[in-house]
Amino acid sequence: MSDVRQHADDIHEQFSDHLEDVSVEDVEERLTTLVDEYKVPIDEARRSVTNHYLEEAGLEREDISSGDSEKANVEDVDEPEEWIDLTAKVIELWDPRSDSVAQVGLLGDPTGTIKFTKWAKSDLPALEEGGVYELRNVVTDEYQGRYSVKLNSTTVIEELDDDLEVGNDTSEIEGALVDMQSGSGLIKRCPEEDCTRVLQNGRCNEHGEGEGEFDLRIKAVVDDGIDAHEVIFDKDATEDLTGLSLEEAKDMAMDALDTTVVADEIRDDIVGTYYRIEGPTFGRYVLADDVEELDGLVDAEELLIKARSM
Amino acid sequence: MSQSELTREVARRVFASEFNDSTYTFKESDDERAPNYALLPTGDRANRVFVVGTLTETEDVGDESEYWRGRVVDPTGTFFVYAGQYQPEAASVLRDTEPPAYVSIVGKPRTYETDDGTVNVSLRPESISIVDDATRDRWVVEAAELTLDRIEAFEEWEAEQEAPESGSTAPTNEYAEMARERYDSPVVNYRNDVIQALESLETVEEEEQADDPEATI
Repeated sequence: MSDVRQHADDIHEQFSDHLEDVSVEDVEERLTTLVDEYKVPIDEARRSVTNHYLEEAGLEREDISSGDSEKANVEDVDEPEEWIDLTAKVIELWDPRSDSVAQVGLLGDPTGTIKFTKWAKSDLPALEEGGVYELRNVVTDEYQGRYSVKLNSTTVIEELDDDLEVGNDTSEIEGALVDMQSGSGLIKRCPEEDCTRVLQNGRCNEHGEGEGEFDLRIKAVVDDGIDAHEVIFDKDATEDLTGLSLEEAKDMAMDALDTTVVADEIRDDIVGTYYRIEGPTFGRYVLADDVEELDGLVDAEELLIKARSM
Repeated sequence: MSQSELTREVARRVFASEFNDSTYTFKESDDERAPNYALLPTGDRANRVFVVGTLTETEDVGDESEYWRGRVVDPTGTFFVYAGQYQPEAASVLRDTEPPAYVSIVGKPRTYETDDGTVNVSLRPESISIVDDATRDRWVVEAAELTLDRIEAFEEWEAEQEAPESGSTAPTNEYAEMARERYDSPVVNYRNDVIQALESLETVEEEEQADDPEATI
């Protein structure tokens, strides 16, 4: 069977439930026109023909299965629009920001963690935090280099009884700390039980006005010249990095009648300095577990040899 | 969360000689909030840079309000840094620092055209920090490494252009292509600057190792 015929078969199969009067030959003809006459690469042709039938059937891309989803681990996800099966634990559920989303959160398996989105219109059973599921036919997506999976109307969800160990995506970054973001330094957190939100102007988004409890943290950008990574230092990491304890920071703020003096002092200390940072990644953040200031000598010899030989 | 946080621009490492040649600027979309990029002659775009060098001179060149100019020197040339009332923290560092001093700067390239039509490139700082010589040397090595990476990618692309039949799989390099259209200076110049920069580090090490103080003269 020719390549084009195989693709035509696949596409026909995907639409068999939706478009009864379309034959494999129709599909093949459309593909052939694009590939032979218009010199469109087969992948692009397949995409284009699929879109044509999606429109004809009034469907969204998520509504059709590719027919060949594969068993995968979280760490394998490195392409958008792949159909895969995952066995994963729901680590966290987040608040959906849009009515079109039923559930959104973080899935994990032994190889790492990944964001998932479940559409409201897909009408799937609810996932529970801590639950382990087999998720068949989910589709991968990518936004600005970060991958996620989408649960759709063809996804089959099966709850499993086993527990699953979840691995960390650990990152190691070596670069210059180029910025410290707002919300760093001496902050106040909501004192309500199980709420750790940072107060904005003395208000918690969830619980309103409150006294708040002091905490120290840094949200920084560490840049290696290729990528800008967002790094969070919790209280311990901040104390280690700056040599400034929470008590000392509170005293400083008290003397100045202003909490921003703490952030200013920290910024002067760390911005423009090279660090090596190791820690788990959560979404777009790296949590600074292990931090080393890079102040040793660097060897230029090897690079010089390379430059001269170019 | 603002859009700019989601798409934070990386800070390129560029030596002064290449930075000052980056006279062509462009946007990737028509959106008026779209970021501005300077085109690096070695074939990349830079909305932001991170540089470390020696602050050798500062001067308030403003008329009505303070407008500080600093000269920051690396092994290949001089960055011209301008900070005024909209960069109060950077301006105060330029005001308060006694040159010479090693500084690191995170900032954005800016171009302006002089009366005779020359385009000058300057650096508008987001932050300026006083650093030590180890940080400065580390930056020189890092900037050398990343500049060589850009040159390598440029040359691969160029070889592919010259021998399209060879079936090589060198990736497309849209900024190398743009650089060749816009600039005359061949990339080998920047390779020579890299060599010069790295050699300047070697000299320093040799001098430090010499027991006889006369040997450094």
